[in-house]
Amino acid sequence: MKLLAANRLIDGVAVWLGQGGRWVEDIAEAEIVRDKEGEARLEQAGREAVAKNQVLDVELIDVEIVDGAVRPLRLRERIRAAGPSIHPELGKQAKKPAASLV
Amino acid sequence: MYRYDEFDHAFVNARVAEFRDQVERRLAGEITEDQFKPLRLMNGVYLQLHAYMLRIAIPYGTLSSRQMRMLAHIARTYDKGYGHFTTRQNLQFHWPALKDIPDILEKLASVEMHAIQTSGNCIRNVTADHFAGAAADEVADPRPYAEILRQWSSLHPEFSYLPRKFKIAVTGAERDRAAVQVHDIGLHLKKNAAGELGFAVYVGGGLGRTPMVAKKIRDFLPEEHLLSYCTAILRVYNLHGRRDNKYKARIKILVHETGTAELTAQVEKEFEALKESELKLPEADIRAIGTYFAPPALPPRPEGDRALAASANADRGFATWLRRNLHTHKNPDYVSVTISLKGIGEVPGDMSADQMDAVADLANAYAFDEIRVSHEQNLVLPHVARADLKAVYDRLVEIGLATANAGLVTDIIACPGLDYCALANARSIPVAQQISNRFADQARQEEIGDLKIKISGCINACGHHHVGHIGILGVEKKGAELYQVTLGGSGDENTALGDIIGRGFGPDEIVDAVETIVDTYLGLRLDNNENFLAAYRRLGPAPFKEALYGSEAKAA
Ligand code: SF4
Repeated sequence: MKLLAANRLIDGVAVWLGQGGRWVEDIAEAEIVRDKEGEARLEQAGREAVAKNQVLDVELIDVEIVDGAVRPLRLRERIRAAGPSIHPELGKQAKKPAASLV
Repeated sequence: MYRYDEFDHAFVNARVAEFRDQVERRLAGEITEDQFKPLRLMNGVYLQLHAYMLRIAIPYGTLSSRQMRMLAHIARTYDKGYGHFTTRQNLQFHWPALKDIPDILEKLASVEMHAIQTSGNCIRNVTADHFAGAAADEVADPRPYAEILRQWSSLHPEFSYLPRKFKIAVTGAERDRAAVQVHDIGLHLKKNAAGELGFAVYVGGGLGRTPMVAKKIRDFLPEEHLLSYCTAILRVYNLHGRRDNKYKARIKILVHETGTAELTAQVEKEFEALKESELKLPEADIRAIGTYFAPPALPPRPEGDRALAASANADRGFATWLRRNLHTHKNPDYVSVTISLKGIGEVPGDMSADQMDAVADLANAYAFDEIRVSHEQNLVLPHVARADLKAVYDRLVEIGLATANAGLVTDIIACPGLDYCALANARSIPVAQQISNRFADQARQEEIGDLKIKISGCINACGHHHVGHIGILGVEKKGAELYQVTLGGSGDENTALGDIIGRGFGPDEIVDAVETIVDTYLGLRLDNNENFLAAYRRLGPAPFKEALYGSEAKAA
């Protein structure tokens, strides 16, 4: 299972590709793909978004579903999805405490 | 302190305007990220996990109250209310939006600060002893020379595209507090037998993937040759440094592969050709820069000792702080004060905007407007009258910055690590926080004595782990964090790289491992005058391995 992660150009905020080509700030809303075709489609959308100067550093990341919630496999991506583990009051986890994924 | 002249102001403002235009064009889609990235890096703008990061240079770690207030203002207005002081005497903001950065840089320029050359393969912010200009043991203030190097290296046309980044540090005392032997060029300011000023020159030190202690290539370089000799070194490096492999591109590899004797010969040859050129510094120019760094006029304050004795008796916390956080000043009525940014369980090097403002006010009221940033991620008020120490301490207590741990086990250096850094393999800060909490007890810390723990979240070694008495390196193993421990490193006048002690420890084991190491030291030291490093040098790694790994160590 994978989804597409990036940072938004204008402010650097971590975003993920959601349904309908929208970049979302909450990883829970990201579109998850389960096969090569899906991955290719996300990558293509990523390239287009880079060309349109919406995002940068686009990357497919591995995720799993745990208790119905999406969870990146790598700690790096979990911290990215939540915010710094040392500052629960900052980053995405501040808006949505459940986002704490570490 | 150094004041921008008209040229400096015009230059920095022009640079801000240029970057504003570049950001506008990037946001309008007129230039691609590939085109923009080198431009933003030249202005200190990185992309990290959660946002952009702006790295601001604090030349040789010297800040005025006015500058500190501006940092507070920026933290509040454009960031999330705090900033992070780094091991290179820089300040990093971890949350600025790209669209705001030109405004931030404009505000920095108004207080004579910038972010130029805080990234890229150029000569980076020149660092110096944080007690410079104040320390009793100093031969001369190293900062005028650091400033001369800064002016010379800023946008140096020949040295803006080096094989790799290049770091210079200067110290002015026998006690090396600037870790000069782990820099690309380390300069130790000293006097020769005739009483003339000059430098011992070290080349090719560095940490990171291939840590190396610098080699001394000159025992005494007369001060007027500072720029010609550094130019000679940079020329040899620029010509022969490897550009084919990023991991072998630092000058330390060139020194290692060429051999110190041969490299020294090449530098000396180049120097011969340059030494009488326009790079030779006229005595008058050196002294002119020196006047910017003249210490403030310090009025006699002989009442200090009496006042101190009385308040220390009445306030044990104050007495403890006096024991740990002062450094001897040239003037016996004064001291240098370390403001620890290592509160128990806090993030090393972080400071809130309110604390920045409060320290700016303190410096204004009691320390001649001067603040220093140390490479150990603390702040220093270099000139405080002993008679004013209680007032300074009381205010530091109010703002949560009176931790009496300078040089102790909880005065930990830690890089941002995986909580922020896109290059990290593991977190550094939570490890520092847990160790700090474990050793929170003041009496126990003082019983342990001087002990430097340094933590990096990846092999790039921004947390200087190789030169920690106890060094901790975070790695990623099978998707999990793992911490490797080195022992016996030091970054002073007797620089040494730590020994890797054995297999790594998981996040749940690392604090126990540190405690085991500390307890082993306490059990084996000759007496409490033998500090951790001295004991390790006497004992070697064996007893520590035995304590950490037991029978496992014997089998191996
Ligand atoms: S040592 Fe590694 S993890 Fe730490 S700040 Fe440097 S690059 Fe990032």
